[in-house]
Amino acid sequence: MSRLAEFFGQKIKVINLGIPGFAEDLKKQGIENIHTEWRPPAGGNKKIQALLARVDAWQSQVKAAKGAR
Amino acid sequence: MVVCHLVKKQTYFDSVTLMLIGSQVKKLDGIKNAVVGMCTDYNIDSLKRLDMYRPDFDGLTPNDLIICIMGNDKTTAEAGIAEVEKRLNSRKQAGGGNAELPPSTQEEAARRLPGANVVLISVPGEYAAREAELALNQGRHVMLFSDNVSIEEELKLKTLGSSKELLVMGPDCGTAIINGTPLAFSNAVRRGDIGLVAASGTGLQEVTSTIHRLGCGISQAIGVGGRDLSEKIGGRMTIMATRALAEDPATRVIVLISKPPAASVLKPLFAEFKNIKKSVVVYFIGADPKIIEEQGFVAARNLEDAAIQACNLSSGGKHKPEMSDAEIATLAGKHKVPAGNLRSLYSGGTLCDEAQRVLQPILGEVSSNTPVKGCLEMADVYKSTGHCIIDLGDDNFTRGKAHPMIDPDYRSERMHQELSDASVGIICFDVVLGYGSHPDMAGEMVAAIRRGQKSSGKKPILAACICGTTDDPQGYQQQKSQLEEAGVVVFPTNVAMVKFAQHCLERK
Repeated sequence: MSRLAEFFGQKIKVINLGIPGFAEDLKKQGIENIHTEWRPPAGGNKKIQALLARVDAWQSQVKAAKGAR
Repeated sequence: MVVCHLVKKQTYFDSVTLMLIGSQVKKLDGIKNAVVGMCTDYNIDSLKRLDMYRPDFDGLTPNDLIICIMGNDKTTAEAGIAEVEKRLNSRKQAGGGNAELPPSTQEEAARRLPGANVVLISVPGEYAAREAELALNQGRHVMLFSDNVSIEEELKLKTLGSSKELLVMGPDCGTAIINGTPLAFSNAVRRGDIGLVAASGTGLQEVTSTIHRLGCGISQAIGVGGRDLSEKIGGRMTIMATRALAEDPATRVIVLISKPPAASVLKPLFAEFKNIKKSVVVYFIGADPKIIEEQGFVAARNLEDAAIQACNLSSGGKHKPEMSDAEIATLAGKHKVPAGNLRSLYSGGTLCDEAQRVLQPILGEVSSNTPVKGCLEMADVYKSTGHCIIDLGDDNFTRGKAHPMIDPDYRSERMHQELSDASVGIICFDVVLGYGSHPDMAGEMVAAIRRGQKSSGKKPILAACICGTTDDPQGYQQQKSQLEEAGVVVFPTNVAMVKFAQHCLERK
């Protein structure tokens, strides 16, 4: 059975990023979840965000290269 | 007029919370305008356009909160600011209550909730792909509610998701019911053996709710985002999800709802379906059902029909529409139809689309802000002329404002406007229930109708459809009764309401 079909039999546990109401609705339904007080990274500084994006891209490349070996 | 402002540095709230508070405070006596938002480029532009910008806002970041109130006088504007602060504080208290401070990043949240397997993302679009990629790399499924995610980013995420057999629902995905749990804007639907995959949010809500009301249930309802079946994305999530539903022992019937796929996607999609040893119902919105039937699958004619066909295959029974064509015709016959135009005020995009496709061939000239083939583009989306079928959830109406399923403000204003138009004979609208939606949309619409009728003295026919179930938090029967007491004719599905409008307009 595929990994996704196996997941269909499991209980879900949710990380909520953004609108708090979505986490509140999950709580009302008794679903395990955690709401994150998310905010734009790097204090909203676009220059630093662009640098972080480059680091992310570099890390993805390193991961992919390691996986290919 | 006096403008007062307050800046709260390093204070972040999500845009929906802020837009709703701004919209509520704007209604207070003496307040002319209210902008409550993070200091994003869009909000700065809005402040400049409204002549509420001040040079000391220079240098603020998207992590800084701005409250700007334009009032009749200084006291009123300051009272407006105090009201915003009060509402923000109560919002914070509602979300808090734990001894521990909430996590501020996904990584920290994952440490605090071991075994988390789904990440629900509704952060601004420019940051959403990064969070989604992080979730996928940690082995978690993603529901991407955020819009403004580029198709290139979507392709990258869905390629990554497919390689790991992880769901990427979205971007711009508002509805999903996974393993029995409604996420974001979804209805409380009983569990059963019908599994759905949909590239249409309100389409999925309408079909799952109808399945519930017909007595059947669902195994999964997987939203994939409106672009999944485009040439560029290639139906990656649709194919992965249907393949998993085909293997899932809890699923006996599979339903697909989408706009017609790109030609390059149709062939591999049908090839995939042919490998499935379960019944498959397909509704390609606006497409000729023959292309589906020729391949040996069950073709649905509309959203209601998709639910009926799925229930028939699930239970072996002969399910019928909750309201028959004869009942709709009789109901229409009971109403004296004032000659005039149709105005439909939708919060659900697919429902608006469905109405246009049924009514345009009958009415001829129909305008919309989201016209389908044969309909005209509205010259001014803020002013109706002739027959108009309007999607109030479209970008035109939601820039800087919350979606009409959450915030009824603009739809109430528009209801008043349509009621004041002597050329209007019938007004139709949808009431979408479920998690995420407004707690009392029927009440809000009834209040708007009463205000409008009082000031205009006009009483066109009013019709509403309720997309929801008796298990939804708003209370289906209570919402229905409120509408009926205000003289609104209420229908269980959009297509039933549209047929009613058709009868009324044909008789005039």
